[in-house]
Amino acid sequence: MAGRNMFGLLLTNFQDLYIPELTTKRTFSSIPFGAKYRLIDFSLSNMVNSGISKIGVVTKNNYLSLMDHIGSGKAWNLSRRRGGLTFLPPFENTVDKYNTFVETIDSIRNFIDHSYEDYVLISSSMSVVNIDYQQMFNAHLKSNADITICYRNAPLHKSTNSDDVVFSIDSNKRISEVLINPRNLETADCMINTCVIKKDLLLDIVSDCMSRSKYTFSRDVIQPCVKEYNVYGYEVPGYCADIDSIQSYFKANMDLLSSEVREELFNMRNPIYTKIRDDMPTKYGLNSSVKNSLIAPGCVIEGEVENSIIFKGVRIAKGAKISNSIIMQDCDIGENTTLNYVICDKDVVVSPTRMLCGIDSYPVCISKKSVV
Amino acid sequence: MLPKQEVVAMLLAGGQGSRLGVLTRKVAKPAVPFGGKYRIIDFPLSNCANSGIEAVGVLTQYQPLVLNDYLGNGQPWDLDNDNAGVHILSPYEQKDGAKWYSGTANAIYQNLNFIERYDPEYVLILSGDHIYKMDYSKMISFHAEHNADCTIAVIDVSLEEASRFGIMNTNPDGSIYEFEEKPAHPKSTNASMGIYVFSWDKLKKYLVLDAADPNSSNDFGKNVLPAMLANGERMFAYPFEGYWKDVGTIDSLWEANMDLLDPKTKLDLTEKKNKIYSRNPIMPPHFVADCAEIQNSMIADGCNVYGTLEFSMLFNGVTVKKGAVVTDSILMPGVVVEEGAQVSYAIVSEGTVIGKNAVIGARPEDTENRDDWGIAVVGENLSIGEGAVVPPKAMIDEDIKGVK
Repeated sequence: MAGRNMFGLLLTNFQDLYIPELTTKRTFSSIPFGAKYRLIDFSLSNMVNSGISKIGVVTKNNYLSLMDHIGSGKAWNLSRRRGGLTFLPPFENTVDKYNTFVETIDSIRNFIDHSYEDYVLISSSMSVVNIDYQQMFNAHLKSNADITICYRNAPLHKSTNSDDVVFSIDSNKRISEVLINPRNLETADCMINTCVIKKDLLLDIVSDCMSRSKYTFSRDVIQPCVKEYNVYGYEVPGYCADIDSIQSYFKANMDLLSSEVREELFNMRNPIYTKIRDDMPTKYGLNSSVKNSLIAPGCVIEGEVENSIIFKGVRIAKGAKISNSIIMQDCDIGENTTLNYVICDKDVVVSPTRMLCGIDSYPVCISKKSVV
Repeated sequence: MLPKQEVVAMLLAGGQGSRLGVLTRKVAKPAVPFGGKYRIIDFPLSNCANSGIEAVGVLTQYQPLVLNDYLGNGQPWDLDNDNAGVHILSPYEQKDGAKWYSGTANAIYQNLNFIERYDPEYVLILSGDHIYKMDYSKMISFHAEHNADCTIAVIDVSLEEASRFGIMNTNPDGSIYEFEEKPAHPKSTNASMGIYVFSWDKLKKYLVLDAADPNSSNDFGKNVLPAMLANGERMFAYPFEGYWKDVGTIDSLWEANMDLLDPKTKLDLTEKKNKIYSRNPIMPPHFVADCAEIQNSMIADGCNVYGTLEFSMLFNGVTVKKGAVVTDSILMPGVVVEEGAQVSYAIVSEGTVIGKNAVIGARPEDTENRDDWGIAVVGENLSIGEGAVVPPKAMIDEDIKGVK
């Protein structure tokens, strides 16, 4: 059991600027996803399903929705006497330091020091994936690695939001070189923000970086480390979506309409847990029409829905036509409205007969609690 | 010593519910699934939680495994409380031998020590086979205001229905002067809902008297309430307005499920304040495919719908494949309806697989002799073979082979 000797750290704010439309009032990790989840549900559930029972959630600002969502951690079986869930918000004198990976880890040195586990799994909520970290941990031990980092062979994002971190990996899975935003590659072995490391080594590296005023994970930790330490890659098997923009967020949601993707992400052996809200089952009215859509409980649907993701408690009135859209929790979509390629954040009210239309490369985003 | 509780609720959940046939072969009636995600007992338990009642004893006797598992420590209903919370009370062995609960009153009598620990003012007696939302605290205030010894919740039923219920005949001030159990010619239409509030000292007194009477059948309706009335205790009827349904029969269980599909039904499960809580399975949202047609139905988490649904209730994890048609039916958790199968006016229990092109139940208008028509019921974890036919009103409790 990995969990006996490994604890988890989840970094929740670093990607806030990737999707500014949805992170004005929440952390990146608590962005709603897939009709009833938030992005953090995947990383938290993966850790829990891999036997990790002590997790520190590191958060800097805008964390009300995150704390409300996770609560005591009960829904993930993390409300427990030994280990369990610990929130790690900034405290006095550390507020300014939570901006980078190195400073953040340095600020929570106490938490890491006091853990009796020898290893730590560090992750963000950038990836929508169902992965067994136990296997990654086994691979880490077997290869005698100092650091093991997840990767997958995928097209480069070439996005202005995030760096493409590309590995050169030998046949033993050892990473020999790290390139950041290489010019001439289309697909490559790209880093996914998850790694396993001995906690003492982590603290040593962080201390060194602090003394040299070096702060970022990819440029200052990983890139120099591959020369000095045994750094190995662990290829993520199966479906994995990296979310670093509103476009990739939209696409990852729409991927869930494929039954193959749903079967990979959601299975009874390794379930994805989320906060429970005790909604009734969704009600379909007379003359409603729903096609190719993923629908959460608690909705009342009287209109037409197609190729869409509908979150909990959404009301869709008669004559409304919703297609290619993501409608979040408790939105109220009025009669005879037309929405195409729209993302409605929570509690949005769309008044009757309104028409909103985006395109797949630029979905229209309606911010939380707006009235259209 | 435990902190005092003003009210202790006692929930009678030991009945077999034999009229539900195969649905209660392995579970007690209160654990029968209802409404797409609930079990019947969620309603009284959630009502307790929403009324601020913190100590609940659940009296079990028949097939308690599923029910006990489901209740667990009471956490889904916020009833996991160190000082009170939900307690499962099964019959137990005593100094002079083991005794089953011989009646509703006897079940409470054998657990007087449980109630005593909380030193309550009032005891609320509930049953585990009704679907309704009720704020018990209002009924308890009514009881206190009227300085009553016993208050019985009543609902106004139609004159025709009245002969099926216990009828409370009252004075203008609401006090009860007469009970009539299932009267042929009812004088009024105040039907007892099986919900009683007792002042604790009176309840204790009459339960002890009842236990000492060898001729008593130890039943509240037949023995304890009439004895109290005969002794001139202050008994009141508390009028309840709203949706209330006894789901003790296949027909009424089916009807109550269908009521949830009717927008006119006065049972609002969407309210944010007084929710009905339940244990929620960990499942993804449900998926509706391109080829699906859904009209007036309810669908829970984890379902995959590729076929046609009309006026139906799908519990979690149900699959309806392409070309299958499900109308006016209830499919309990994990049911699979294979391609081309037809299910109408049926209740299919957990985990059963309906084979390709099988036909389950029929519409009343398609049945030649109306007396032969009824809801078809298929038991749990069965396999109905390809092309098999289950006639209306049938109750199936073993696998049916396919017809090629």
